[in-house]
Amino acid sequence: MPEQPESSTTVSITIDGREVVAKKGEMVIAAAENAGTYIPRFCYHPRMKPVGVCRMCLVEVDSGRGPTLQPACFIEATDQMTVVTDSEKVKKAQDGVLEFLLANHPLDCPVCDKGGECPLQDQTLAHGPGETRFIEEKRHFEKPIALSELVLLDRERCIQCSRCTRFAEEVAGEALIDFLGRGDQVEVAMFPDEPFSSYFSGNTVQICPVGALTATPYRFAARPWDLEQVETTCTGCAVGCRVAVQSSSGRLTRLLGVDADPVNHSWMCDKGRFGFEAVNGVDDGNEELALTDPTRRLTEPMVRKNGTLVPVSWSEALSAVASQLKDAKEKDPQSVGAIGGAQLTNEGAFTWTSLIKGIVGSDSVDAQLGDGLDAQLVLALPRATIDEAANACTVILLSGDLREELPVLFLRLRHSAVEAKNSLIDLGPRTSALSAVAKVRLPARPGEAPLVARALAGDVAAVTQLKGHREGHTFGDEDLASAQHLLGEDGSGVVVVIGRTSVAEDAAFVESAARILHQRYPNAKFLPALRRGNVMGALEMGMAPGILPGETSLAQPGAALRSWWPLVPGIQGKTALEQLAAFGDGSQEVLLLLGADPLADVADGALVERALRSSGSLVCVSGHGGAILERADVVLPAAVVHERAGTTTNIEGRVSRLGQKMVAPGLAWSDWMIAAELAAALGAQWEFTAVGDVTDQIAAVVQGFSGISSNALAQPATRDGVVLGSTAAPTTAGLLDPMATPGMVSAEEFGLGSYAGIVRGEEQAQAPTSGAGAPSLTTSLSSGENVISPALDNYSLRIVGTHTLYDNGANIVGSPSLSALRKVAVAMVNPYDLDRLGLATGDKAKLRSGRATIILPVEADAGVLRGTVVLNANVTVHGAERRENPLASLVDSSLPVNDVVLESL
Amino acid sequence: MSALTPDRRTRAEHLVALYPEKRSALIPICHIAQEQEGHLTDELMIEVAELVGVTPAEVQGTVSFYDMLRIEPVGKYVVSVCTNIACLLAGGEEMLEHVEKTTGTRRGGTSSDGMFTVEEAECLADCDVVPCVQINNRFVRTTTPETFDALAARLRSGETVTDIPTSGIVSRVERSVGLVADPEVVAQERSALRASDQKATS
Repeated sequence: MPEQPESSTTVSITIDGREVVAKKGEMVIAAAENAGTYIPRFCYHPRMKPVGVCRMCLVEVDSGRGPTLQPACFIEATDQMTVVTDSEKVKKAQDGVLEFLLANHPLDCPVCDKGGECPLQDQTLAHGPGETRFIEEKRHFEKPIALSELVLLDRERCIQCSRCTRFAEEVAGEALIDFLGRGDQVEVAMFPDEPFSSYFSGNTVQICPVGALTATPYRFAARPWDLEQVETTCTGCAVGCRVAVQSSSGRLTRLLGVDADPVNHSWMCDKGRFGFEAVNGVDDGNEELALTDPTRRLTEPMVRKNGTLVPVSWSEALSAVASQLKDAKEKDPQSVGAIGGAQLTNEGAFTWTSLIKGIVGSDSVDAQLGDGLDAQLVLALPRATIDEAANACTVILLSGDLREELPVLFLRLRHSAVEAKNSLIDLGPRTSALSAVAKVRLPARPGEAPLVARALAGDVAAVTQLKGHREGHTFGDEDLASAQHLLGEDGSGVVVVIGRTSVAEDAAFVESAARILHQRYPNAKFLPALRRGNVMGALEMGMAPGILPGETSLAQPGAALRSWWPLVPGIQGKTALEQLAAFGDGSQEVLLLLGADPLADVADGALVERALRSSGSLVCVSGHGGAILERADVVLPAAVVHERAGTTTNIEGRVSRLGQKMVAPGLAWSDWMIAAELAAALGAQWEFTAVGDVTDQIAAVVQGFSGISSNALAQPATRDGVVLGSTAAPTTAGLLDPMATPGMVSAEEFGLGSYAGIVRGEEQAQAPTSGAGAPSLTTSLSSGENVISPALDNYSLRIVGTHTLYDNGANIVGSPSLSALRKVAVAMVNPYDLDRLGLATGDKAKLRSGRATIILPVEADAGVLRGTVVLNANVTVHGAERRENPLASLVDSSLPVNDVVLESL
Repeated sequence: MSALTPDRRTRAEHLVALYPEKRSALIPICHIAQEQEGHLTDELMIEVAELVGVTPAEVQGTVSFYDMLRIEPVGKYVVSVCTNIACLLAGGEEMLEHVEKTTGTRRGGTSSDGMFTVEEAECLADCDVVPCVQINNRFVRTTTPETFDALAARLRSGETVTDIPTSGIVSRVERSVGLVADPEVVAQERSALRASDQKATS
């Protein structure tokens, strides 16, 4: 054979007599798998470091000194290595290992949740002894014990593979479980009173190769052979994890993370994993629940008659809305507006935008609720993918706490910082879960982001100004210098994660900081950290004032779109907050809420309350009940996630398929159907008969989406989706490893349900032409107005409005297992300030802003900057009603920053 | 509030400074912490975790792995009797039974007066003086029931037996060498620097 050069990245090994090529540094187990030889395993997981503890993967390895039994997961493939995986010696070893593992394993398979999808069962059948010789007493434990509110442990089933403890330490960075004891007494344990309360705890259940770890929502809920599965994309947040959603007997039972290499590496957060309970609704009790109950599913259209909402037919409800839209279209299109869109599919977003903008003629559509960023800026900035961020040598974090907002992005970036030693520069106003692994921390207090950006860009005046702002603080010159060093000359290889650092300050601060960074470091890319499900899809579909589908401005619609839409709005519309104000003062007559709940999602409570007191017409398109329905004039029930097919777009612009597993309850429709029916009532002739038609229409008329047709997305090669504007070929999904994620059915067989009825051709998704930075939107990159934050007086604290994963969102409230975990409202203050005020953790204090005075418990938190107070959005004080939202009652969204005076009672 | 006494806390901090990786100090610090109460209480494990930058669950995992680190409370004297082959042949099992009788507690338990904890041990590496018995990790070489009873009586009467340390003490050698500079030298260097700084500014 030809001699290989020293620097070669591959080695040649022989597996069972076949010569195969392996990557240098690859473990034998992976090299064999890539070559089509499957070696049994328990402890090995492709997304974690090998440990070689279970010994199941023993094979005969000969590296020149004769064949010996070695664990394939723990030995690197080296050139000229010979591996034998099927000799008598190997079989005897594997049989022996299984006999040892089974010595203490109970044979309770008939009542075990894992039975039927269990790697131990499967591999015992394939490689193990047929009968037991073990007659001694097996070990017994009290069972199950709770490791956390969501994860239960049956210790006698554990085979000590350490997958769960390694996940906790290595992937999640929260080593809250570890082995206790030694020898045959080893058990997985938490520290007393320190439960495994991790946002990622569900992953340990997913990777457990036996039935030792079970999740409370799935325990005894179904048998594996009764499960039906569809692959889809999780829209719990905007990361867009690929997941397998499984149901049994007409109810959703479980979600498993699919190993999508560019996105989630098979991980999920617990909100995404267990939030499906909200889709099921509360069992059988739907009729009894009040409309205002967020756990209630909406099953029929309703119209307010004589002050109460009464069920009506779809045609009556639709004609009520259509007549209002028709009136508005003829008299004053500006009197109509829509808020929301991140809960929709791309198809829903496209049809609703086409209805409001292209048929009615109002530009007032906003998918963000005052907690996002300027859509034009987000779309115009050079966009990074999640992979690019995870592989970037330097990442600037100018966002909220990613573990709370985009949990799996946190996992990817944490892995990048910890394993690949990439540098993070943390600019957030309070320490986040990533601060501990960040190289540099340059905290920007509310209103300071542009100054910190200017300091990073080398503006000496900004540094002086920052130092002047900080009594009792030093703005570290060394930190600044090392950050600048990490950013290099022009920002090549740098990714800026840009989101809202606080919802209690004007978005203009972060936007201005982004423009400054872009101008100084033109080669840096930006990854938008916008939180809500399909918010990027909604923005791509033009659901923001001033833009049209395909990242174009009102003035420059694409030719294809222009020919399909009867008209294009002439005047720039209103943002969500402006719409709420206009609805409140009567200048906007119709407000459509597309899956949005301003009571929960808008950080300015007074603005929302005033809007709800108006006499305008409020139309709610929603899948769940809620307090907002007390005010709704028309309610249109919509299908929610897992009940509708279509596509979704994640933060990096990745368009992927949504699978439909369930049928929406009652008369609920998919969002695109509702818009299409309304459009038909207004005279449009769309002729959509299935969701795939809408996908194809998007591909046909929206710039940047050409080639992303329903056919192209239905190909196995595009399982992980297609990134808008990317010229790279879509990544091909790897083979399903049944031992890495037990219980998942091969995607090839079951994952294509999203376009039932469409003939699948061999069409390939072409790399679509980039819409990013289209000429009409690039102006938003330079027009950086100077936002100024007023100086803080000596008595006030500046509010930092943050998010927590377990807030009062519909998915959390509607899921019994997650609902109990909701965070309660507390004012987090730096210990120094708390001391100064004579308060201690747990005390109640008065918080007084221009808007309201409220009483909240305080908590000392060294991660909070002096002079600031951190309040979570959309949480309530313990025992209070869901709509009493402390942050929203304090914040005035018209102010650039919000201050409160904190006093002891 | 520190669970460790101030002097132990200082010793622990010195130990952490000895290692390039903080967590390398975990086991030596556990020795120090165990001296305090004979076993590692939850509070002590939390403090050890904080000192070496790991979670309490990881400290508990490590402590539970090693026989000489204890999570459960023990008596004033821990009696370990070997029942491995050499001792077994020499009557280790009988010795253990005798110890149980004398101390009034079963193996694995602690006597009601808190005096003795009895445990069955694996080979203690003193096989030429069998059956091998240790008290608080020290070989006492009481190979007959009579000699053991005599020693137990002395201990019970409150006599201090010099060879036998307080329970919990694993090592009586204090680690004081390594990469740490002598604090006095550091103090001298610092004051010299300060002096030269002052000279420069004035």
